[in-house]
Amino acid sequence: MDFLLPADQMAMLLWGLRTTVLLFTVAWVGAFALAVILVTVRATEYRPCRWIVDAFVAYHRNVPLLVQVMFWYFGMPEILPEGIRFWLYDHNAEFSLAAIALALGSSAYQAEDIRSGLRAIPATQFEAARALGCNYLQTMRFIVVPQALRISLPPLVGRALLLFKNTSVAMAIGVAELTYRTREIENMTFKTFTVFGIATVLYLLGTFALMGLGAWLERRTTPGRKERRHA
Amino acid sequence: MLEIISNYWLTFLIGQYPNGPLGGLAMTMIVAVLSILMSFPIAIGIAMARLSAWGWLRMASAALSSFVRGIPLLMLIFWCYFVIPIMTGYAVSGFWTLVAALTIYEAAYLSEVIRAGMAAVPKGQTEAARSLGGGYFLTLRSVVLPQALFNVLPGITSQFISTIKETSLGYVIAVNELTFAANQVNNQLLTQPLQVFTILAAIYFLLCFLLSRGLSALEFSIRRKRGLI
Amino acid sequence: MTAPVIVRFDQVNKWYGQNHVLQDVSLEVAKGEVVVVCGPSGSGKSTLIRTINALEPIQKGSVTLNGTAVHGKGTDLNKLRQSVGFVFQQFNLFPHMSVLDNVTFAPIRIQKRPRAEAEALARELLARVGLAEKEGSFPGFLSGGQQQRVAIARALALRPPVILFDEPTSALDPEMVGEVLQVMKSLARDGMTMICVTHEMGFAREVGDRVIFMDQGRIVVDTTPELFFDAPDHPRVRRFLSDVRGEH
Repeated sequence: MDFLLPADQMAMLLWGLRTTVLLFTVAWVGAFALAVILVTVRATEYRPCRWIVDAFVAYHRNVPLLVQVMFWYFGMPEILPEGIRFWLYDHNAEFSLAAIALALGSSAYQAEDIRSGLRAIPATQFEAARALGCNYLQTMRFIVVPQALRISLPPLVGRALLLFKNTSVAMAIGVAELTYRTREIENMTFKTFTVFGIATVLYLLGTFALMGLGAWLERRTTPGRKERRHA
Repeated sequence: MLEIISNYWLTFLIGQYPNGPLGGLAMTMIVAVLSILMSFPIAIGIAMARLSAWGWLRMASAALSSFVRGIPLLMLIFWCYFVIPIMTGYAVSGFWTLVAALTIYEAAYLSEVIRAGMAAVPKGQTEAARSLGGGYFLTLRSVVLPQALFNVLPGITSQFISTIKETSLGYVIAVNELTFAANQVNNQLLTQPLQVFTILAAIYFLLCFLLSRGLSALEFSIRRKRGLI
Repeated sequence: MTAPVIVRFDQVNKWYGQNHVLQDVSLEVAKGEVVVVCGPSGSGKSTLIRTINALEPIQKGSVTLNGTAVHGKGTDLNKLRQSVGFVFQQFNLFPHMSVLDNVTFAPIRIQKRPRAEAEALARELLARVGLAEKEGSFPGFLSGGQQQRVAIARALALRPPVILFDEPTSALDPEMVGEVLQVMKSLARDGMTMICVTHEMGFAREVGDRVIFMDQGRIVVDTTPELFFDAPDHPRVRRFLSDVRGEH
């Protein structure tokens, strides 16, 4: 790759990619876990729980991600206890706060995707399972959730793609991820097309890899895939 | 917080105008509306290409659309920021850079929405129009598109809301919009970031939330008028 | 004196992939004739009439409409289709237009007639199908039978010399079949040339001039309603008739 960029700059760029992937992974895991919690809480009959979840989702859907990131980076430390604040500033606060903002933002959307998957399962499926003697948890575990996840999978993959791309927003608060490094190296070298070209290809590889993973998961979870192979 | 609002509400709404450049919420809305309006015809064109009878056109448009949707909007903004001046030889303002990037980005996403809508119009509708002697473009314009666009109105609305939110990225290339204005206020005050960014988030929230509610109410009323509910 | 031929099939063949859906079909329909096409499902009857306005292409033979080769190179299909009405099983009204706009769509947008003239004609046609008071409604508010009557008015608005019906009552609830057949019968009595794919045997007997029976892509029987119903000599026809009459 030396003919494109000197090795040290290339290394900087790849280090940026590493941060991007790390940020994405941390944020996605957090977002998915939180989304499951949100859906569970939302499913309770207790009204204030629903309102809180709905408000949480509405906030994150209607406020730009950049503003959410800024809010966490500039605003939140103010109200954090001093100990935590200093600990954060000592430990790459940009990365942690960006990851929190990204995770919260994505969880709101993922919760909606999971919820609409659950709602797409006809009540008769639930009744059929109960009629066979399954209890609530067994019904969810064996009948409802597997079907719902399959319905939710395509939108969830789409969300993951968006999250991967949205990690670039973290550059605005100084997280040294791929876009940040790209700009930095462009500033140093003025090799605009080369640097942006490489970064673009790296992003495309990332999204295509995620798409491939999504397609693979979708194939794996399609019922009757083995029968069809013989047809 | 109330004090910040009463001192700086004009900055949030219109930036430095009339003593300086227009900015704030007004600029955000100008950029968003302009971008979505410009992306609309392009999106319809891409959607038509993706449903075309010619294989090469389908492939080319699909590749273009997945390229744009495969990279972060920020990357696209930087591409426009650096490449448009080199290609055209003109210094382009941040405003037009942002509008250009958002137009391209939204055209790609909107084309997916519109394509789905067009593909979902029953085949019988096209057959009915064709059997009355309507040509391709008349059928498209009078029968397919009106139904397709109407049916995907929720998708179009959410793209519009997305566009409004995405204008905030103009901050990165110093476009004078709402997020930029809030950061200016924050830099003047220095000590109250939580309040300033709460106000900023609240403005976006109210704008996007009310807009999406309003548009879906409008859609509902049209649906009822046409007997579709 | 024999009436001039309006539709002519000459050795028409059509395949869907391996499936030979029309096999050596030859047929002539004269002006003013009411031809009923019937046969078991999958026999090719819908495909047959859909080739007349080129909604379906053919691979061999020719279809001629008013002397024009329908599938010929250089045929202006849009012009040709204006001279043949088509009524679909699923009505296919435009849901985003009012009833009046549905009927005036082709005259105004395709034939570029003045709006006033097109609306006057549309109102006349809507009155004829018994829906004068519905002109401002959207299709979503109409029953299936009403929608199909509007669809007939829409097809008539181009004043076509021939009109094709593709199972016009099959998608209707039983109680609405009569109102649509009533309109079709009145058209037949007025001398309209009609080719109707339908299982309504009463309609065939009452106003049909000829009955065509298709099976596996071929025209098996082409005869008068009297002979078709009262003296069916083909075993396939006998079975079909006992099926549609519900005898087992």
